[in-house]
Amino acid sequence: MSTAAPLDVAVVKRDFPVLGRSVHGRPLVYLDSAATSQKPASVLDAMDAYYRETNANVHRGVYEMAADATERFEAGRTAVARLVGAPREGTIFTKNATEAINLVAWAWGARNLSSGDEIVVTQMEHHSNIVPWQLVAEMTGARVRFAPVTPDGELDMDGLRALIGSATRMVAVVHVSNVLGTINPVPEVARMAREVGALCLADGSQSVPHMPVDFDELDVDFLAFTGHKMLGPTGIGVLVGRPAILDEMEPFLGGGEMISDVREDGSTWNDLPWKFEAGTPPIAEAVGLGAAVEYLEGFGMDAVRAHEREMARTLLDGLAEVPGLVVHGPTDPDRRGAAVSFSLPDVHPHDLAQHLDQDGVAVRAGHHCAKPLMRVLKVPATSRASAYLYNDARDVEVLVAALGRARSYFAT
Amino acid sequence: MGGLDDLYQEIILDHYRNQRNTGRLDDATVAVDQNNPLCGDEIHLELHIDDGRLTEVAHSGEGCSISQSSASMMSEALAGKTEDEALDLVEHFRLVMHGEQDADEDRLGDAIALEGVAKYPVRIKCALLSWMAAKDAILTHRSGDQTGG
Repeated sequence: MSTAAPLDVAVVKRDFPVLGRSVHGRPLVYLDSAATSQKPASVLDAMDAYYRETNANVHRGVYEMAADATERFEAGRTAVARLVGAPREGTIFTKNATEAINLVAWAWGARNLSSGDEIVVTQMEHHSNIVPWQLVAEMTGARVRFAPVTPDGELDMDGLRALIGSATRMVAVVHVSNVLGTINPVPEVARMAREVGALCLADGSQSVPHMPVDFDELDVDFLAFTGHKMLGPTGIGVLVGRPAILDEMEPFLGGGEMISDVREDGSTWNDLPWKFEAGTPPIAEAVGLGAAVEYLEGFGMDAVRAHEREMARTLLDGLAEVPGLVVHGPTDPDRRGAAVSFSLPDVHPHDLAQHLDQDGVAVRAGHHCAKPLMRVLKVPATSRASAYLYNDARDVEVLVAALGRARSYFAT
Repeated sequence: MGGLDDLYQEIILDHYRNQRNTGRLDDATVAVDQNNPLCGDEIHLELHIDDGRLTEVAHSGEGCSISQSSASMMSEALAGKTEDEALDLVEHFRLVMHGEQDADEDRLGDAIALEGVAKYPVRIKCALLSWMAAKDAILTHRSGDQTGG
């Protein structure tokens, strides 16, 4: 697959200050990167340096410090656009991926959808790619339809094809499931959408941080992702959109920065991408996100993906050693990311996560903001271990040993 | 595991594994459903109220050991109480969970064992779920409805 040099995880771990801490007297084993990633020192330093050296509002001041702040902020945009092969003018900073999807739902959906129109999502979407569409559907009279998931946790492509038709205006699909880890064939979905004249949005929250993602190869109209899951800070997300479509759209939020002119009888809009960035943007966060992208590029996304394929395999093999444990999602590491959800009979995920915490192991327990999928899986909640470039086989060993102890503790 | 054993006292695990007063009543006066949207825990609670007194309490649902054992303990603590006594006891338990009142073992019975949950903020909602359902059921009954939640 890849010729990239393999990651030296022992070295990588040292770049992340928080990974040196202990929890309840045990070394931290952080396996919740699908919820949020940890941050390398280079990201923390870049944000700190911005505030210490050149804090100023962007696109306003004429003084040197303001120009420097603007330069660092826009360099963050350039880095993000480069990472996903997107045009700079189509790379919009938002608060998070949720806001990025809401931007499309409101600025495009609310103005273009009407009664009888359909929005197709899938049963494996995060709530952030369901609820905005439900809100807009309620307002416009459009309808949200859910493409099914197969019993082995893959998108049912025949089921999806059956739903997409002349009424479809938008197909919104997750690229990599935050619960199942499934990698969905987004280019094929986008092609199906285009054939009926619909737009396609991909939620890249769990893909952009973990694998090479190219906006043109995905072939979608919109790509949403978030900074804090890709080694960057919280408070910044990204919407990539085709400039031709963004040009036709009206703004989402109104205010400063996004205008060209404001008159008493109306206003005109700034150029892309600033037309969609009302108010003072997350400046330090954009600087931090730019540093995160550079950190990832230092390894190359091929190497990150290769490492995570191995981590998925290691996790699946390790979890298979725990008697009775059931993994939800694909078992082929080539078809999935390194976020692995599982159920342990007779041990509720909350109890499990609490017990693992005593061993210093951080995993997620709950519905993962994917309640429709929980109903498909017929579970109230799952436990999820999710790896990133700073995890290694040793982390999985600690997890598996701790799972064994938790199982004995709660056994009836 | 000292910390964990404070949280998961043996009596809690016992109520979790052998839950008291589960199922449904033949002649429930009032029934409510509640869930914890954060974790998906669910409870269905039925009360038989006779002349202002909770003569029978039955619960069913899904959840973690804390929410399930708490429901079991709640069912024992509230059975036989008048509506007002039950509401007072629910409020006492709520204040104990939030660390605002010392636990009264005589009133709480086995539920005294849940005192340690107060130290785990994310689990307080698990412990409170069934007690809040009981409060909801009594208030629903008082408002003249038969179902709530």
